[in-house]
Amino acid sequence: MTRSSDVNTSEPVIRFREVTKSFGERRRRHVVLNGVSFSIPRGRTTVIAGGSGQGKSVTLKLILGLMRPDSGHIYVDGQDVTTLRGAQLRSLRTRFGVLFQGAALFDSLTVFENVALPLRERTKLSEQEIREKVMATLRQLELEGHEEKFPAQLSGGMKKRVGLARALQLEPEIVLFDEPTTGLDPLMTQEIYDLFSRTQQRLGYTAVIVSHDIPKVFDLADRIILLNRGEVDVFDDIEEIVHSTKPYIREFAEMTMGDMFADNSGKKGCSDE
Amino acid sequence: MTDSYSTQDDTPPLLRPFARLGDIVLYLLTDLGRMGIFLFSALIGAFRQPFRFGELVKQLRFIGAGSISVIFFTALSSGMVLGLQGYYSLHKFGAEGMLGSAVSLTLIMELGPILTALMVTGRAGSAMCAEIGIMRISEQIDALECMAVDPFRYLITPKLLAALISVPLLTAIFDVVGIFGGYLAGVLLMGVSSGSYFNGMMQSVTNHDIRLGVIKSFVFALLLVWICSGRGYFVQRIRGAGFGAESVSKVTTQAVVLSSISVLIFDYLLTAILL
Repeated sequence: MTRSSDVNTSEPVIRFREVTKSFGERRRRHVVLNGVSFSIPRGRTTVIAGGSGQGKSVTLKLILGLMRPDSGHIYVDGQDVTTLRGAQLRSLRTRFGVLFQGAALFDSLTVFENVALPLRERTKLSEQEIREKVMATLRQLELEGHEEKFPAQLSGGMKKRVGLARALQLEPEIVLFDEPTTGLDPLMTQEIYDLFSRTQQRLGYTAVIVSHDIPKVFDLADRIILLNRGEVDVFDDIEEIVHSTKPYIREFAEMTMGDMFADNSGKKGCSDE
Repeated sequence: MTDSYSTQDDTPPLLRPFARLGDIVLYLLTDLGRMGIFLFSALIGAFRQPFRFGELVKQLRFIGAGSISVIFFTALSSGMVLGLQGYYSLHKFGAEGMLGSAVSLTLIMELGPILTALMVTGRAGSAMCAEIGIMRISEQIDALECMAVDPFRYLITPKLLAALISVPLLTAIFDVVGIFGGYLAGVLLMGVSSGSYFNGMMQSVTNHDIRLGVIKSFVFALLLVWICSGRGYFVQRIRGAGFGAESVSKVTTQAVVLSSISVLIFDYLLTAILL
């Protein structure tokens, strides 16, 4: 479901080169990424999919430098994240916005304070300017009237919206979404995707979405990265997944894409006949 | 992480105990190094902008003001016990006049700093560890790092500074209340002369003794915040801690025990060096 035909030619903003990451003690290591290489195109939406425990969230943490790979390199605009430390890493992170799985809002801060935090910490804006900017964002995300509430008083969907407001506050170039719709009902899921589409259209950021919400999230994708047993497969068209001959990809497609997979496989079967 | 894709240990069986020992030593060294960097980063955070003055005041209220009642009752009962015990021991030698000296020196040099540190560890240190641990497992600390906000300056430094200010003051309160407790038991209950109680205290307590107590209270404050916050901060990297809420509860218990033991060990070391 490629939305643009020139994805393949887009300049990559993030590149993984032979990245290996494993966990556990020496005696029994679990390899999550085994020498994987792929790239994420600038200004587009890349979806990282795969079963539980295949390293989707780890991939996001590696991009942000929150984890270090065992070997290999991760480049963000040519800068090798694996070699950055301290101030250099912080400087790189200023280009990112992150929506965490559980929104990761600060429990002791109100909605307003949560959204204002990056502005207070990272800019020299006056309190009046911060208030105006935060209130404008809260209005856009339909959170007006909730600014004095604490995260514990919000529904799951509202928490995600506040998390998105905070992630977008400094207008980042790249936004990482870690399971943005987990635990939400279908209506709220749709609302989050609508918000995502609107904000990406407005701000033009590169989006990387880790999600289980398949095939819904594939509708948004320009590139799909499937993680399985430490290896990756990259697709620029959902049809490539549907018609893949690799058994585990067919199994994945069958389980997650249901009717869409059956229809497409059926068509293929007919034409073969 | 899938069990289906994992590497197996290829160490020969005879060498496995050594490999295991090596693993433990490496883990302990890594942990110590991690904790050292943690303390250094928290101290450096005090010089980084923007300084969180509001958070410092909040922590002063929590660690300092919030502990006053606990400190008051602990000090009063400790002082009264010291008064009674001291009287009982000194009476055998007809040296009741030394009661003020014995009570005040014991409190100022030993019991005041130690019991204050243990009380603050139990009340505020455990809360600190649990709070930071929960922030870690709910990705709030990751969120700070992703916003390019230094989590040490933002979270740990205000707690550290608040403890460095509060604990010596709480120790001073402990000493005063403890001496008053000794007075209640020794003078009002047992009939020791009020003049000899205070005179003995003024003649025997020197600036050096007070300085020793103050140095101890600063070191204990540093230790308790370092250990309690550090354990919470690294909750996911502590071997055997488990996951989720269970890991926070285990690590909180571990932090309180470790912090208390460290206070006692450092008390001996400081006494041996500075006395």
